Amino acid sequence: MIANDPNLDRRLDRRSAMRILLENRGDLLLVTGLGSTTWDAAAVGDDDRNFYLWGAMGAAAMIGLGLAIAQPDRRVLVVTGDGEMLMGLGALATIGVQRPPNGHYGETGMQASHTAESVELVAVARACGFRETFDIIDEIGLRDFAARLNNAATTLFARIAIRTDEPPRVLPPRDGVLLKTRFRRAIGAE
Amino acid sequence: MRALAGVHLTDWRDQVFAVLKAAEILQVGYVPDAGHARLIELCRDDPDMRAVPLTTEEEGVALAAGAWLGGQRAALLMQSSGVGNCINILSLTKTCRFPLLMLVAMRGEWAEFNPWQVPMGSKTQAALELCDVLVYRVERPEEAAEIVTAALDIAYNGDLATAVLLAQRLIGAKRWVK
Repeated sequence: MIANDPNLDRRLDRRSAMRILLENRGDLLLVTGLGSTTWDAAAVGDDDRNFYLWGAMGAAAMIGLGLAIAQPDRRVLVVTGDGEMLMGLGALATIGVQRPPNGHYGETGMQASHTAESVELVAVARACGFRETFDIIDEIGLRDFAARLNNAATTLFARIAIRTDEPPRVLPPRDGVLLKTRFRRAIGAE
Repeated sequence: MRALAGVHLTDWRDQVFAVLKAAEILQVGYVPDAGHARLIELCRDDPDMRAVPLTTEEEGVALAAGAWLGGQRAALLMQSSGVGNCINILSLTKTCRFPLLMLVAMRGEWAEFNPWQVPMGSKTQAALELCDVLVYRVERPEEAAEIVTAALDIAYNGDLATAVLLAQRLIGAKRWVK
């Protein structure tokens, strides 16, 4: 298997993937799921326009939907792990109905879960009504996807395969009120 | 309350809708429910409101949080059985002090014909209070608008989670019996 041969494995390490997604973020608003994607976003650089989840597993995608509806002129990116997405899988059906043109979902995977067996999240997203979906396995694919974030006409969904490394944790603030209030101030909502 | 097209202010449901409009609620998450049918219809028909059907109630708690992050107010419509689905996600609301208004159509408490509704219906208020949600209850049609207004005020002035339970007696127990 490609995954077992480091010389053939073109998958990105998780932190590089987050760095590429945020490289030219402009005024992009970011929501991350609890755990690794929150550490990865913090490692790329803390930003008031990042809303990190430290709990509430399954909530990331729906927070992104409410935010994208409220802020139609800004781009919203949700990056979360496959387990977090699975816990709120119904959200894909809910978002597939709404499809805000400024909302984008990236999903990364590491631990063994349903997605390592029979569940194809990209196919789920497509079946839920996402018109543009991406199954990303390497840096070229991810850079292509990142470039689309700024001019997409519909909600995008991407599955980003990552290597199963575990870089040192970088912890952002975990005071929920602080995270909420600084986010709202940063976009002029407070 | 200002006049709204197609809204009959003699009906308490329409009055609650007018309260949501007056409070500038712009996103309404809901799980389809007979008890909320009229309110859902009014929200869906309103050109300024985004009515978002949910697959499960906890999605609505996250939707409301996202709306508030983006500067919009949201309300969440559910049946009492859905409150049980929200327990863990309410930690998001509490930890971040997100304002929240849940309108809960009660089941399992008044002439209920379906015993499967009773376990959650009889524990709805206690479950919400266990999660530090402020709970109000509407028993009579003439008090609905005032109580929903009060809950909205305290939610959005104080960054607090609130729930208004709409009694099964108010909604009409006979509706459920065939």
